[in-house]
Amino acid sequence: MSALVLILRREMRLALRQIGDSAIIVLFFVLAAVLFPFGVGPEPNMLARMAPGVVWVTALLAAMLSFERLFTPDFEDGSLEQLALGPAPLEMVALAKAAAHWLTTGLPLMIAAPLIAVLYRLPDSGYGALMTTMALGTPTISLIGTVGAALTLGSRRGGVLLSLLVIPLIVPVLIFGTAAIDAAIGGFPVRQHLMLMGGFLLGALVLTPLATAAALRQALE
Amino acid sequence: MRFFGENLSCVRGERLVFSGLEFAIDPGTALVLTGSNGSGKTSLLRVMASLTHPTAGHLAWQDGPVADDPERHHNRLHYVGHLDALKPVLSVRENLETWAQLHGGTDKKIALALKKLRLEGFENIPGRYLSAGQRRRLSLARLAASDAPLWLLDEPTIALDAASVDAVRTLIAEHRTAGGMAVIATNVDLGITETTTLNLLDFAPAEEDVWEGVT
Repeated sequence: MSALVLILRREMRLALRQIGDSAIIVLFFVLAAVLFPFGVGPEPNMLARMAPGVVWVTALLAAMLSFERLFTPDFEDGSLEQLALGPAPLEMVALAKAAAHWLTTGLPLMIAAPLIAVLYRLPDSGYGALMTTMALGTPTISLIGTVGAALTLGSRRGGVLLSLLVIPLIVPVLIFGTAAIDAAIGGFPVRQHLMLMGGFLLGALVLTPLATAAALRQALE
Repeated sequence: MRFFGENLSCVRGERLVFSGLEFAIDPGTALVLTGSNGSGKTSLLRVMASLTHPTAGHLAWQDGPVADDPERHHNRLHYVGHLDALKPVLSVRENLETWAQLHGGTDKKIALALKKLRLEGFENIPGRYLSAGQRRRLSLARLAASDAPLWLLDEPTIALDAASVDAVRTLIAEHRTAGGMAVIATNVDLGITETTTLNLLDFAPAEEDVWEGVT
């Protein structure tokens, strides 16, 4: 357990020293979302209708940009070797990496999401669902992203390959995330959507560290 | 306490690097790996660290196979490879702390390790401003910053000046006096006394085997 805390502290320290990396992701999120009205026109009803989907899709795309940095620097400078030789199993390293990724990318995206929702005039009844689905969905994305990042480690053009691997896996998060917000706006129950998203999160929490660790071992061979 | 390997073989990129390799290290002894470039010194060290699995053969620590509990094996070794595992944005002390604390190193030991590797006064300098030799010394400081009975060193003196080579020699001597073991891959004479030498070329496969499978 203490190893988990130490690795997490290392990751946070590195992320805070390179805070620009996280800021760029959030900026991309906001900019990409702001682009849509230019393309589809500024009709308020249509924008409000699009809001849940736009927030979720742009959040996913912004997260895609961040995964490549997850393991590559550590792999190239030998830190990953040292992490593998540490007292913690690689599964725990994977979990710490995913947690740090969420804190430095998922959480800032979650905080920026209502800002975009305001720009799109999302109805008031949708905000609760928006934040809840973000809270459940962004950690799932971080966890699945670590698997993709570990699998593409050491391959050329890893970034594109990573997106191709990860995007299909996070489609369920997108579907239920937007469905929950739409349901909340329409006055329908959101509970089942949220429970499914919670299920995805729990499943990812258990399974992805195993997959990430296996992929990292392969990369280190 | 004894660390040994039996009948080890290693394949890298479809090439058989060495086969039928045997070694044994006892407390207080040092094993020097020699052999030309590409003869498998680094591969053997990585196998010893259980970062890479041997294609054949097995490693054991006091009769317990290493493969049974790799995490425990990781806990009893320090591996200093070609890569320094240093972050340009962290200071010298923070870089060392990262790894030392994982292995249970205390602040006192970290300060002592910096002193032993002549990095005093550089504690707060970010990693990106270090020279190649200083990076190497910081990497080697991990050895002194926390305890582990087995040291696996890959060309430890590359880029070091004469005084630093002396410091490394003293470090290894102290480690051995305290009952530690060291495996050192090197092509230069480090001037370490009473060592066993293992020449990797003795275990190189015969020429016709090298391209086995390729017609």
